Amino acid sequence: MINIWEVKETNEMIEQENLDVRTITLGISLLDCIDDNLEKLNQNIYNKITTTAKDLAAVGEEIEREYAIPIVNKRISVTPIALVGGAACHTPEDFAVIAQTMDAAAKSVGVNLIGGYSALVSKGMTKADELLIRSIPIALCSTERVCSSVNLASSKTGINMDAVRLMGEVLLEVAERSKDRDSVDCMKLVVFCNAPDDNPFMAGAFHGVTEADAVINIGVSGPGVVKTALEKVRGESFEVLCETIKKTAFKVTRVGQLVAQEASRMLGIPFGIIDLSLAPTPAVGDSVADILCEIGLEYAGAPGTTAALALLNDQVKKGGVMASSYVGGLSGAFIPVSEDQGMIDSVQAKAITLEKLEAMTCVCSVGLDMIAIPGNTSAATISGMIADEMALGMVNQKTTAARLIPVIGKDVGDTVEFGGLFGYAPIMPVNTFSCEDFIRRKGRIPAPIHSFKN
Amino acid sequence: MMQNMEKTADKTIITVVGKDTVGIIAKVCTYLAQNEINVLDISQTIVQGYFNMMMIADMSGSKKPFGECLKDLECLGEEIGVSIKCQREEIFQKMHRI
Repeated sequence: MINIWEVKETNEMIEQENLDVRTITLGISLLDCIDDNLEKLNQNIYNKITTTAKDLAAVGEEIEREYAIPIVNKRISVTPIALVGGAACHTPEDFAVIAQTMDAAAKSVGVNLIGGYSALVSKGMTKADELLIRSIPIALCSTERVCSSVNLASSKTGINMDAVRLMGEVLLEVAERSKDRDSVDCMKLVVFCNAPDDNPFMAGAFHGVTEADAVINIGVSGPGVVKTALEKVRGESFEVLCETIKKTAFKVTRVGQLVAQEASRMLGIPFGIIDLSLAPTPAVGDSVADILCEIGLEYAGAPGTTAALALLNDQVKKGGVMASSYVGGLSGAFIPVSEDQGMIDSVQAKAITLEKLEAMTCVCSVGLDMIAIPGNTSAATISGMIADEMALGMVNQKTTAARLIPVIGKDVGDTVEFGGLFGYAPIMPVNTFSCEDFIRRKGRIPAPIHSFKN
Repeated sequence: MMQNMEKTADKTIITVVGKDTVGIIAKVCTYLAQNEINVLDISQTIVQGYFNMMMIADMSGSKKPFGECLKDLECLGEEIGVSIKCQREEIFQKMHRI
């Protein structure tokens, strides 16, 4: 039988160490909504989302109450809209109307973000893909809760450099359109290499075409829990360090598994995966950078950071894998800058640079995440940064992403405030040498040699 | 669907944390008895001067639904000056047992 110490440990994790379920994300297929009449299509989409997700918020709250575990976000992901809207949309403005429908549906069912305003263009772009990408600035700036993602590359297909070039321009346009709000809409846009079909985390969540009609995906969190556990083994060997992370990750993930099963049962929707990610927030004690410091670094970014992060990421997965029946999504440690107080401190202490962050993305689960850069950065430079990140993912057969925020009117030394869970970020310096001629080349970068496994 | 949520309660863990005063257990047990909630196990300890108590209760015969008991116990805790939490046992089982 459960004893008082075990109860105390669990409740301390929740009350003092910020253990929570970061998101219950309901993936909904919109493939059956397709129609060549835009009005009908929008009606179908609205009806499908609001019917399938009508109980999502209530079920989330019920689970929170029964187990006293906070569930921070309830979210929805849908089939990439480029696939759904292709038949009905003939201009970028047509696509933006779908974004507005998604926004309205999200508000109606009470979820704070809806993902899937997406295109999968790792090898080539269809007419619809290109229209959707070109519509992203209008879509993001005319909605509140819609998130957009574009898969630009994969280990199997290489990097679609035409799309990479286009995304540099699109990102700057999003920044320009929201410049009176510190270009904050860029936060809702992410580009991927090897994007997972079942990612529950925003802004990159979409409901892949390989998925069932509706599915529940869960993202757990708990950097604070890992940090607290590591405080108790200061100075111990790597073996003890790794065992401690593994055991803690196991416990954290078990809570996610329970919530997933309960949500699945209550909603009558199958359970998809648990994403084993350490997702930080700007709250004190909820930081991945603080774990790296606890492992033995003065600041995240110091020499040894990449090794420490590799170790952390691997142990989180090893501990979590056994705790859940299905693991998927991104799974690992997130290293966003603005959403992690320890990371912000590192930037302010000049301990970490963009180049070091790039190295870290080789061993963690996402990529250059929530990084504010000067607003005068050129589209080609942004595309260059994206291409680098895509190359890391492609060659290492892992997911990588870039969520950059060029803040119009601000430069290195300034700070931007995104609010709430998104935190704030000092503007980071970007290498100013040109990659213009590289980015101007047409076509795609072929898949790497080790992708030929057949 | 909503009916499912109020299914047979199985085991519930009630925790009381706060400054030790006379009659904490008595007051909690009185409430539980009035609502036909059966206490299966009680353990308590003092950690750093704070009273910690855990009860395992069977709520399957409870007169009130889980959500209501939870609120009542929270109010009761406020009256006594302690924090009372009510959670389904599975969260602890999942985390601490393979």
